[in-house]
Amino acid sequence: MSENNGKHLIDVKDLSVHFPIYTGAIFKRKVGDVKAVDGVSFHILSGETLGLVGESGCGKTTTGHAILRLHELTGGQILFNGEDISAYGGSQMRVLRRGMQIIYQDPFSSLNPRMTVLDIVGEPIAVHKMSRNPKDYQDQVAELLQVVGLNPSMSSRYPHEFSGGQRQRIGIARALAVKPSLIVCDEPVSALDVSIQAQIINLLEDLQEKFGLTYLFIAHDLAVVRHISNRIAVMYLGSIVEIADRLDLYHNPQHPYTRALLSAVPIPNPTLDAQRKQLMLEGEVPSPVNPPPGCKFHPRCPEAKPFCAEQIPVLKDTGHRNHWTACHRSGE
Amino acid sequence: MRTYIIKRVLALIPTLIFATLIVFFLIRMIPGHVIDLMLSQQDISADKVTRQKIEHELGLDAPVHIQYLRWVSGVVLRGDLGRSLWRQTEVWKDIKTRIPVTAELALMSLMISLLVAIPVGVYAAVRQDTMLDYIGRTVSILGIAVPYFWLGTLVMIYPALWWGWSPSVELIPFRENPLGNIKMFLVPAVILGLFMSAVTMRMTRAMMLEVLRHDYIRTAWAKGAPEKIVIIRHALKNALIPVVTLVGIQVPTLVGGTIVIEQIFSLPGIGLLMYDAVLQRDYSVISGLMLFIGLIVLLINLLVDLSYGWIDPKVRYK
Repeated sequence: MSENNGKHLIDVKDLSVHFPIYTGAIFKRKVGDVKAVDGVSFHILSGETLGLVGESGCGKTTTGHAILRLHELTGGQILFNGEDISAYGGSQMRVLRRGMQIIYQDPFSSLNPRMTVLDIVGEPIAVHKMSRNPKDYQDQVAELLQVVGLNPSMSSRYPHEFSGGQRQRIGIARALAVKPSLIVCDEPVSALDVSIQAQIINLLEDLQEKFGLTYLFIAHDLAVVRHISNRIAVMYLGSIVEIADRLDLYHNPQHPYTRALLSAVPIPNPTLDAQRKQLMLEGEVPSPVNPPPGCKFHPRCPEAKPFCAEQIPVLKDTGHRNHWTACHRSGE
Repeated sequence: MRTYIIKRVLALIPTLIFATLIVFFLIRMIPGHVIDLMLSQQDISADKVTRQKIEHELGLDAPVHIQYLRWVSGVVLRGDLGRSLWRQTEVWKDIKTRIPVTAELALMSLMISLLVAIPVGVYAAVRQDTMLDYIGRTVSILGIAVPYFWLGTLVMIYPALWWGWSPSVELIPFRENPLGNIKMFLVPAVILGLFMSAVTMRMTRAMMLEVLRHDYIRTAWAKGAPEKIVIIRHALKNALIPVVTLVGIQVPTLVGGTIVIEQIFSLPGIGLLMYDAVLQRDYSVISGLMLFIGLIVLLINLLVDLSYGWIDPKVRYK
């Protein structure tokens, strides 16, 4: 968690990503949209780690992909270093990819099985013509491998010859190859053993300090997010419901959904765990094709009032240390 | 690698022995003995003496298992596939003179099939659910559904009726007239190639669709790699592994296809040799030819297996 200078590296304004649903075999007819991300706004400060949490299918990953323009945007704007990149074309985007990279959850499907580590890590260098000669190229790759704690002599090996943790390190080296300022970490540790998780988290923190990286850290493991993030945003059904500094969010959650999420985090102490009150949410997450009107959370919210079903709540400042929440009842 | 090849080649032996048993005995079980056919054709009243004389001359009077051992020992000891019962020519020489025709037809068909199947399959996957994808899929289903012998017959008949054009019936040697030779082979090769391309195209498309969903493809995009590199270098190379297996499995289909197509277009390849031999019950030609084809198919599949080591880094032969 390095200090930042208050400069916004990423500004997301009213971002929407909808996936159309079609029926009909020959004459296709659009019957609706999966509203994976629906009007999301937030910013990431340069040098900070923004944690993005929420349950499966809430749109965390889609948000991350949309920032990297790996998905077409349905609406909204993305500003990278103050520049609107939402309408960038293919060649502009390719240049921009030097500034932003991604690390994936699954270290097995994220590395091309037919390429050696040298080619996997080195390809971004080659694509962006960042090496002067073949020797320089190999040196750069060797250095990257060393940075992530791998032996450079392993560069002629293929991904299947590595363990999960090592593969994740290769993925990180690859992301670092273009010297980006932003890395979207899409659940980078959820597929790893707990002991390896800690190593990777520490590595990510070290790298952040060393290279002044900015992370968008997507996860569903609240303990991990709490450890690594400066600020945390909570998503529910395509919208951000709460965003706050990490400790503030954990100690003083404002949104009922955040409270329910936090109460589901296991406490490694059986006595304490038995004492606390668990907030159990009723029902299932509604379909993002047809989200509930008003506050999307109202059918499951223990504190919902009739007007919650009518008005869409907006993210508003609670007036307490940068703590924003989208709940009609906050501050009551 | 070398030990692996040696092991695999040794493993071919039992398969080949089994193949010789099948080709040798099964063909003799078909009704209509070669002697009957010979006698009926030469219009000699089949008296017992002539019959026995011919049988003895051809070595067919010995018990079947002795005949088999004679044939097999000839193959193993002298590489001699036997002599044609009708023409008394050496089977191996017959095969040798006809191999270039079949090899050219088969290779051209295979090339056409791959040249059609892989680009269309890749395109259909990359532009999934577009009009061109639908067209590609429909045509490939047609290719599977429409028998090539029927298509071949149509190509023989209709151009002749409409424009008075028909494929040449005389073989144009490649050395004398390369263009004419290729032209001659083109129509049958296209028919056979399109038939084979259908399955390959479906397989390429399905595999590409699967591979394109992987994170490493998204990574490739995120690296800023241009579309051509993402599609060919990252996706296609991974999608081709099962396609290569499929092509290996298609080799027997290809051999069967050449037999039929050579007959329709009267190309003097080993297919036509086989066809005539079966009609004439020329046992030694059939057995020799089947053994030869079997060996080729096995060797090609061995090559396919070995090529995995080159395509798929997870496969290393020790």
